[in-house]
Amino acid sequence: MMTYEKLLEKTALEDDRFIVMTAENRALVRNLPASLGNRFIDTGITEQTMLGAAAGLALRGRKPVVHALSAFLTMRAFEFTRTSVGIANLPVKLSSFIPGVLSDGNGPTHQAIEDISIMRGIPSMEVFAPADEEDLIAMLPQIWATENPSYVRINTRPALLKHKPYVFGKAEQIFEGKDCTILTYGFMLEESIKAHQLLSDLGFQVGLVNIRNLKPFDGDLISKLASQTSCFITIEDHFLTGGLFSILAEHLVKNQILIPTHSIAFEDRWFKPGRLAEVLVHEGLDAKSLVEKIQNFIQK
Amino acid sequence: MNEEKIIKLQQFAKRVRNHIVPMASDGGCFLGASLSAVDLLTYLYVDHLNLHKGNLKDENRDYLFLSKGHDVPALYGIFAELGWIEADRLKNHLSTEDHIYWHPNRNIPGVEFHSGSLGQLPSVSIGVAMDIIIRGGENRVYCVMGDGELNEGSCWEAFLVANAYKLDNLTFIIDRNNFQANMATEDLIPLESLVEKFESFGMMTQRIDGHDFNALEKAFSNIKGQTGAQVIICDTVRGKGLPSIEARADRWFCNFSQPEIQELLVELNEGFGANLVAETLVVR
Repeated sequence: MMTYEKLLEKTALEDDRFIVMTAENRALVRNLPASLGNRFIDTGITEQTMLGAAAGLALRGRKPVVHALSAFLTMRAFEFTRTSVGIANLPVKLSSFIPGVLSDGNGPTHQAIEDISIMRGIPSMEVFAPADEEDLIAMLPQIWATENPSYVRINTRPALLKHKPYVFGKAEQIFEGKDCTILTYGFMLEESIKAHQLLSDLGFQVGLVNIRNLKPFDGDLISKLASQTSCFITIEDHFLTGGLFSILAEHLVKNQILIPTHSIAFEDRWFKPGRLAEVLVHEGLDAKSLVEKIQNFIQK
Repeated sequence: MNEEKIIKLQQFAKRVRNHIVPMASDGGCFLGASLSAVDLLTYLYVDHLNLHKGNLKDENRDYLFLSKGHDVPALYGIFAELGWIEADRLKNHLSTEDHIYWHPNRNIPGVEFHSGSLGQLPSVSIGVAMDIIIRGGENRVYCVMGDGELNEGSCWEAFLVANAYKLDNLTFIIDRNNFQANMATEDLIPLESLVEKFESFGMMTQRIDGHDFNALEKAFSNIKGQTGAQVIICDTVRGKGLPSIEARADRWFCNFSQPEIQELLVELNEGFGANLVAETLVVR
């Protein structure tokens, strides 16, 4: 079975523009030093230097794929990403490990729940959040093929369903539904799929979209769905500000589309650290809690 | 270095300073920091780097990254003298019709990378040096940094990585003019002993008079054959060439009137002190 590491190895072996870098976060790339030799570069716990060096490598024609924990990749190194990678629009590909609730027991220091907001603010930066490993493997070849910088919320959890093929920049409409449509991305698709099933069992007709791309955003699909569903509900393991709810709001306002919208996200606070399943329940992000919230939204 | 060559370099540097001074008007520029770097940049571009108008995009060229950024008038003055840009173009300083502003950018031929945010280019230089080594290239990478810039932690992080990867093709050049924006470095965040600091990071370190072409030649001939990255600390004078502004904390960013610019040019070329009564001083 194809894994992130095998895909990266295959890509780098086929195209010597690829350089694999890490700020001593080897969980996803443990076996690559052996196969890539000096095209594997570990800069130690130096996210800033890694991003700066990635810009230098890209300036020489390379495509560095850089790895670090999400919080440090996005925030410690932010100015290097914005200033050295972003201003020059260099094809540096950021692989962000344990984004959102996937930092489970680490605590607020490691909670990247503003990453989408931060990264999409960089001109030319593309931002993606695959729903699971299958989605990730389907999306990465196209993400890595562009000449723009990109940010990917890495998610290697097993898929709960068979995905439709990935088309760059397009969201995946999984279910249609007139009562409401859930828009979600990354890990939260898992709980959303379960919630969708529970809501269907209760007789609701609920749409479900795997957003996949936060930037470029599939506004065409949103505009189309706005006339086919009663309301949008965004579900995200991200701050309310700057994430999917904001992106949706920007699209709706810009296009003067009037439709009720609701959000499930972190409102101006960090989440309680713990085992992932318990975090979800504590934060009201497990399927059962989602169902309660969505029922309230629909009945409003 | 023979006397004739020294005179040639001194004359070149004086012409560069003549390009810089007029930029310190009508909006101004970082005059003091530009003048301190003129001689070392002159030596590098005229006599040392494998870099000329015909190979600016060649992957085997030497790379010079100007990390301190705000001394870019010195770089543009050199480019004008080398014929990489038209000298007349410098009159477009701060015009939105051109790309000549307070920090470097790649729209100007010869600029390798934009800078302005201190502590960014040591790591970018590392990336370029790494790639040259991976490809087995012979070219070298030079990163010119300010002494005040060394306050930034990212510089020291980059030095650790440069040492770890034994980047023998990378040289950090410190324009040690003893001032950061508004203060003498040693009065704010003391940097000394710099030689010991760099040596403790595993880098071969030399300290020279950054206005002495003989010393520059000797130091840059010593960097070849080293087993890791090197450092050359160039002791310089902020505002060098204009005694009325030299080594003064309040002469970092300067915006003079046209009559004052004319006086400064007379001072530069004929040695008479400029009368700067009506100067505009902007501390940023």
